[in-house]
Amino acid sequence: MSFADIIYFILPLVIASAVPLSLVALGGLFSERSGVVNIALEGIMIMGAFVGALTINYLELNTHLPIQLIAIIGLTIGAIIGVLFSLFHAFASINMKANQVISGTALNMFAPAFAIFTARIIFGTQRVPIENSYLMNIPILQDIPIIGDIFFKGAYISTFIGIIIFIIAVIVLYKTKQGLRLRSCGENPQAADSLGINIYKLRYVGVMVSGALAGMGGVIFVLSFSTNFNASVAGFGFLALAVLIFGNWNPKRIIMAALFFGFMRVISSTKAVIPFLNDLHLEDEIYLMLPYIATIIVLAFVSKNSAAPLAAGEPYDSGKR
Amino acid sequence: MQNKLKNFFLNNWIGISVGLSLFILIFILPQFFVDNTSILMSIRGLIAGITVAYIIYKFIIFKKENPTFKPSESVLLVDIAGSLIAIVIGLLFGLILMLIVNPGQAFQGFSIIIIGGFNRGFKSFGDMIYFSVPLVLSGLSIAFAFKTGLFNIGATGQLTMGAFTAVFIGVKWGAIGELSPFLHWFVALFGAMIIGALWGAIPGFLKAYRNVNEVVTGIMLNYVAMYLNSLLIISYIYNRDYARALDIKDTAVTPLMNLQYLFPDSTSINGGIVVAVVVVIILHVILNKTTFGYELKAVGYNRDASKYAGMNAKRNIVYAMVISGASAGLAGGLMYLVAGKYLQPVNMLIPEGFTGIAISLLGLNTPFGTLIAGLFYGSLEQGGYYLQLLNFTPEIIDVIIAVIIYASALGLFLQKFVIRTLKKREMLVEQGLIDTEKEKQKNIEGSDK
Repeated sequence: MSFADIIYFILPLVIASAVPLSLVALGGLFSERSGVVNIALEGIMIMGAFVGALTINYLELNTHLPIQLIAIIGLTIGAIIGVLFSLFHAFASINMKANQVISGTALNMFAPAFAIFTARIIFGTQRVPIENSYLMNIPILQDIPIIGDIFFKGAYISTFIGIIIFIIAVIVLYKTKQGLRLRSCGENPQAADSLGINIYKLRYVGVMVSGALAGMGGVIFVLSFSTNFNASVAGFGFLALAVLIFGNWNPKRIIMAALFFGFMRVISSTKAVIPFLNDLHLEDEIYLMLPYIATIIVLAFVSKNSAAPLAAGEPYDSGKR
Repeated sequence: MQNKLKNFFLNNWIGISVGLSLFILIFILPQFFVDNTSILMSIRGLIAGITVAYIIYKFIIFKKENPTFKPSESVLLVDIAGSLIAIVIGLLFGLILMLIVNPGQAFQGFSIIIIGGFNRGFKSFGDMIYFSVPLVLSGLSIAFAFKTGLFNIGATGQLTMGAFTAVFIGVKWGAIGELSPFLHWFVALFGAMIIGALWGAIPGFLKAYRNVNEVVTGIMLNYVAMYLNSLLIISYIYNRDYARALDIKDTAVTPLMNLQYLFPDSTSINGGIVVAVVVVIILHVILNKTTFGYELKAVGYNRDASKYAGMNAKRNIVYAMVISGASAGLAGGLMYLVAGKYLQPVNMLIPEGFTGIAISLLGLNTPFGTLIAGLFYGSLEQGGYYLQLLNFTPEIIDVIIAVIIYASALGLFLQKFVIRTLKKREMLVEQGLIDTEKEKQKNIEGSDK
C-alpha cells in the first residue's frame, strides 16, 4: 500500500471516531464549565444510543422513509433521551447537592443494565439490530480531487451533523452572553450569583446540553461503527472524558486530542495493512492503551497550569460568598 | 504490656469467648459429623443463635450505658436509616419495572429477589457468600479510600492487575505448590495484593504530589489495566484453544477451609470469605484503634487542618491508596484463584470494582457495614439468578442497584428526612401524646387476636 492509499484508507476512519469523541467531550466541557462534573457521559451515551437504535430499528422495519432521514430522526431522539437522562444527574448534583461522582456512577451502572433488560424484553436478545448502512456519497462535493475522496465519499451524515453542531456549540459557549454566564458559574459561582446570574438555572442548562451532546454522540457511535447496538459504546464515554482532560478544557485542543485518540484506535485495528506499523509487531493493546497513558502523563506534568474550571464538582453554596 | 493484655482479656472475655466458640463451631466441629444432618443442623442453629444473642447482648449493654439515647442525634443510626430507605426505593423501583413488564409474575419474582440467598437453602446461601467475597473486598477498598477523602474509582483496575498476578503465579510458580499447597495459594494471593497496592499507589502519588484528581487517573488506569491484562495474558499464560488464560495449578486454588461441611450442597463456597472477614477486622482496627487510622480520617475531614496539626497529609494519601489498592487486588486474586474460572483477554472492565462503590456507600464506608452490604448484594445476585426461572432477566438486579446508589447519593436529603421523622416522634413521646409502653401492649394484644 502506498502512502497516499494509507491516508485515503485511514483518514475517514479517524474522522468517524473523532467526531463522536469530540462531540461528547464538548458535552463534558459544557457541564464542567457550568460547574458540574459529569462522569455519567458513558451512561448517557449508552442510553441515547439505545433509544436511538430502537427508533432507527423501528423506522427501518415499519416505514419507508429515506434512510438518511431515519438517521437524522435517530440522532434527534438520542439527543432528547440524553437530555432527559442527564436531568437525573442535574437534579442530584444541583438541587440535592449530592456527590457528583457517585450520582454519575449510578447513571453509568443504570444505563447498560436498563438497555439489556429492555432489549431482551423486546427482541429476546440484548442486541438491537440495525439493518441499513448509513454510508453515503455527497453529490458534487465528492468529485473534488483528494478532499472529495477523503471526506465526501462513503461518509456518514451523522459525521457532518456532528461537525456542524460542534461548531454551533463552541460559538454559543465562547461568543455569546449566555455562554460567558455559563462559564462564570464554573469558575466563581458566588461572584456570578452576586451579579444576578441564576446559578441553578445555568447549571441545569450546562448538564442538559452535555446530555444532548452525549446522547447524540452515542447514536453517532452506533451508526458509524456497528451493525447492532449491544448495550455498550466501547468505553467511548470515558475516552471522551480523557479527550476533555487531554484537551485541557479547550475546544481547539479537544479536536486535536480527539483526532489523536481516534487515530490510535484506528491503527490498533488496521495496523496489519500498514506496512510500516506491521513491521513493528506491536500488539493492538499497546495502541489502545497509549491515549490513556498519555492523558495520565499530561495530567502529571501540566496539572499545575490546568485550565479546569475552578468550581467544578462543588455543589453551589450561596453562604460561601 | 502484660497488664494491658490481662485487662483486655478481662474486659472483653464475652466477646473473645463468643469469637472462639464460633471459630470452633464453623471450622472444626462440622467435619466430624459429615453424615449426620441433624447434628449439622443443630451446629448451624447454634452459630446463628450465638450471633443473634451476642448482638442482643451488645444492644442491651448499649441501652444501659446510654439511658438518655435519642435516635435522631445518633449519626450512625440516621445513616443506617438513610441506607435502608435507599434500598427500599431501589427495590420498589424494581417492583414497578417488573409490574410493567410482566404483571402476572411480578410479585412472585419480587419475592424471589427478596428471599435472595435463601432460595435454595444452604446451597444458595453458600453461593451467596462465595459471590459476595470479591464485592466485600472491593467495597472495602473504596470505603477505606473514602475515609481519607479519596474516591477510588480505579478499584476495577487494581482488581484486574491483582487478578492477573494471582493467575500468573497460580499457573507458573507450580514449584512452590510442590513444597506446600497452602503456600502456593498464599503466595499467589499475596502477589495479587502487592500488585494491586502498587497500582493503587499511582493515583495516590499523583494526587499527593502533583495534585491530579484521583477520579480521573483512576478511570484512565482502569482502561490501561484492562488492555495490559489482555496483552499480558496473550503473551504469557494464553490457552489458545479456548481463548482464555491457562488453568491454574490445583495447589493455587483457594482452599475450602472446612466450609464445605457446613454448606454441603454449595458447589462454589470456599475460604475466600475468611480472608474477607480478616481484612474487615484489620481495616476496622486500623481505622478506629490506631493513630495511623486517626490521621487518615483527619486528612479526609480537612487536609489543611491535619497538615497544620503536624500530620504528613501527602504521605497519608499515598498510604490510604496503597491499602485501598491492596484490598482491591485481594478481591481480584480471590475471584480468579478458583477452579473453572478463567481470565479472558476480552477488553472488558471487570464489573466487581464498580459494584464495590455501591457496596461501600450502602455500608456507610465502614468495614463492618461493607461486609453486611456485600452479603446483601450477594443475596440480591442470587435472587437475580433464580429469577431466570420466571420470564425475567437478571439485569434487573443491576437496575435496582443503580437506583439504590442514586438514592443514596441523595443521602443528605434522606438523612434530613429521617432526622425530621425521628424528632417528631420523640417530641410526641415527650409530650405524652404517644405512650410507647401502651402502644407496644396494644400491638401485642392485636397480634394475639
